[in-house]
Amino acid sequence: MKILACLHYFILEGLVQCLELKIWSLQGCCHYPSILIYGHRASGKSHVMHVLMKELELPHATVSCVECVSIALLFEQVLLSFFGCDAASLLPRSPSLSDFVRVYRQQCSQSPAKQTRYIVSAVGDNVTVILLSEIAWDKFRPNTGCFEPLLLHFPDYSKSELQQILSQNVHSSYSAGFYSAYINILLGVFYSVCRDLRELRHLAALNFSKFCEPLAEGKVKETDTHKLWKHIEPHLKKAMQTVYLREVSRSELFKEAGALRGLSAHTHVELPYYSKFLLIAAYLASYNPARTDKRFFLKHHGKIRKTNFLKKNEKTSNHLLGPKPFPLDRLLAIFYSVVDSRVALTASIFSQISSLVTLQLLAQVSHDDQLDAPKYKCAVSLDFICAISRTVNFDIVKYLYDFL
Amino acid sequence: MSKRKARDAHLPIGECITQVQQILRERFCERLLPDRPEGVEAQYKHLLELLRRTAIHGESNSVLIVGPRGAGKTMLLQCVLRDLQKEEKVQKNLLQVHLSGLLQTDDRTALKEITRQLHLENVVGDKVFGSFAENLAFLLEALKKGNRSSSCPVLFVLDEFDLFAHHKNQTLLYNLFDVSQSAQAPIAVVGVTCRLDVLELLEKRVKSRFSHRQIHLLSSLNFTQYLERVWTQLSLLDSFPDKKFAQEWNAGVKTLCEDKSVEEVLQRHFNSSKDFRSLHMLLMLCLSRVSVAKPTIKPADLLEASRMCFADATANMLHGLSILELCLVIAIKHLNDVYEGEPFNLQMVHNEFKKFLHRKSNSMYNFEQPVVMKAFEHLQQLELIRPVDGSSAKVQREYQLMRLTLDHSQIMDALQKYPQCPTDVKQWAMSAFG
Repeated sequence: MKILACLHYFILEGLVQCLELKIWSLQGCCHYPSILIYGHRASGKSHVMHVLMKELELPHATVSCVECVSIALLFEQVLLSFFGCDAASLLPRSPSLSDFVRVYRQQCSQSPAKQTRYIVSAVGDNVTVILLSEIAWDKFRPNTGCFEPLLLHFPDYSKSELQQILSQNVHSSYSAGFYSAYINILLGVFYSVCRDLRELRHLAALNFSKFCEPLAEGKVKETDTHKLWKHIEPHLKKAMQTVYLREVSRSELFKEAGALRGLSAHTHVELPYYSKFLLIAAYLASYNPARTDKRFFLKHHGKIRKTNFLKKNEKTSNHLLGPKPFPLDRLLAIFYSVVDSRVALTASIFSQISSLVTLQLLAQVSHDDQLDAPKYKCAVSLDFICAISRTVNFDIVKYLYDFL
Repeated sequence: MSKRKARDAHLPIGECITQVQQILRERFCERLLPDRPEGVEAQYKHLLELLRRTAIHGESNSVLIVGPRGAGKTMLLQCVLRDLQKEEKVQKNLLQVHLSGLLQTDDRTALKEITRQLHLENVVGDKVFGSFAENLAFLLEALKKGNRSSSCPVLFVLDEFDLFAHHKNQTLLYNLFDVSQSAQAPIAVVGVTCRLDVLELLEKRVKSRFSHRQIHLLSSLNFTQYLERVWTQLSLLDSFPDKKFAQEWNAGVKTLCEDKSVEEVLQRHFNSSKDFRSLHMLLMLCLSRVSVAKPTIKPADLLEASRMCFADATANMLHGLSILELCLVIAIKHLNDVYEGEPFNLQMVHNEFKKFLHRKSNSMYNFEQPVVMKAFEHLQQLELIRPVDGSSAKVQREYQLMRLTLDHSQIMDALQKYPQCPTDVKQWAMSAFG
């Protein structure tokens, strides 16, 4: 029977044990008008669907909801798959659902279908809609209810199953045992962070050549797992910060062996002297409450009344809530008290502020119309500003209210 | 190989199984109408009588069929229409127009659809009408027969009737009911809806033209009748080709229905919903486990199907999270406990997580901020946390406020079932405060 052919196909992929039960129940339920299949990313949903459709030779149309940004595209694709392109051209310019149903029914009467048609993700009659989703059905249910779909869950893979599947992609020149040892190490590092099969596959392919380096150089043998682990560990850690976050492309990873950083560490942005102080002043203005300015920035601030300074609990720590907007005057006031030399208030200072905004280190909060009192917010992180203030010999932590 | 040989020897059984599956599948997927709808005899007679009076005697009528989802409203209507069509006079005369609230979202599209279904596009041509009423009157006029004495009766079926009540001014409804009250042309308006308070949605002028005739399909089954229904849905009729197999099958179904554990499961389903559709879903899942190797439905199948029906989707998704994501969920739970459900952002969650790491002096989970950010975004993608409505444009990603969409008990249940959960993470989750 065709189901056995399906299973043979999956055996090659090494997925059988994981999915056998699902395939049986899916095949049995195929004719129900509406099915929702949900499960994590890369848990095999679309793959199983496609193979089933192909093997059982059922007429189907696949639509990806991410690609179809408008309903018209959705309708076109469905009609195209079922009836060919002349049907698709029958749709008017901006078709509504009723136009789609009308054209579909027209075509149906011309070529009646003996078997049910399957639309993987859309709507119709004598048609089964199969929806594949990551989100649970409860989020989708409309208010007055609707035809409840049959919910099928695709369970995620366990660690051993992942190991099994990944070990299938073994390279020809190396033994299976060696590769599965590599996969073991990889999973050990990445499993607690990510369980997505696609990402793990990508990472495995990427780092394998690095892993084999000592072997190629003849320093270690295949069975020397400890040495191999010591060699590969720093690379995997680096990969976690760069490639896993997709900040660095695959080719770049292989180019520079030395100083490879992700884009988030852009400490190599060079700013002029006064701009650095402007940025520091902006950070202080964002993260210190306005009433504490007197204490930090005046030479003689008098006595501080203890009662006003309540013991701050963590929640109101400004570093957790985010930067607050401040007016331009406050920025300049703090700037003047922070910079040691005397600075004239020329246009160059103001132009430096606007260039900081363009660099997206400051964000403009006020509307463009308010030219006399613009407000800004500081958009850099604590690490970044500490690095900058170190370059100008300024101890910023002393001036931050949260670290008192 | 041996499997294939065994299959050849069983080919008659394989045929039977396929046939059984096909018949039952048609029943459960609602492709085939039953001969008589069960349990709604009075309503069936009422509706049939009403529509017959319109079709044969030219009397205008309007009626609403009201009932919860899956109660069998469309099925009832289809049965009545099918039985009505058997009479010759009706077949020749009656015109049908089927509109749906989901498809025709506007009165203008509805009117176009009516024109199309009555095959009057040529007659209308390029005429421009002043108002909706004129257009409708023109259409009905055009249906008059040769001797201009009377026009054909038209049956309007409005699915999802409550959606039509949301159109602007309810013009379509007003005009249809108006025509049904006046002596213009014999029409019957049948509305199908799932809202019990549908009359409140109608405007005063529309409501006064409606005949206030409602057919309610509120099922008043008790448990024994429900069990009987299960039995009738699963059993095969006498028309099945292989008599011996049909007898065996029916006997198997009988023993199934008398089993104690099965009764408990069905009682649970009965308590949550009595309608046809959920029953069909359950039986469909059972049916999918029937195969050549196992040609009957066993109680274990029903139990398994019931478990699948009642499974909590969110718990299933929580099962597949990575450890870092799980730790973030626990950190959010602690924040919610301490601050009583106020919204949080990534910085707060990360802070909470770091406090846990300090206490345990465990450097295994010491991840950088961007990695934690990616895990947080994955949680957002799964809609386990959602941003609070507000201006999300101007705020940096780390500081955007979110809310958790999970319940405390759901998280604790998921933790119990989580495979190979590290003990310190579990203990952190169970501890009272942070």
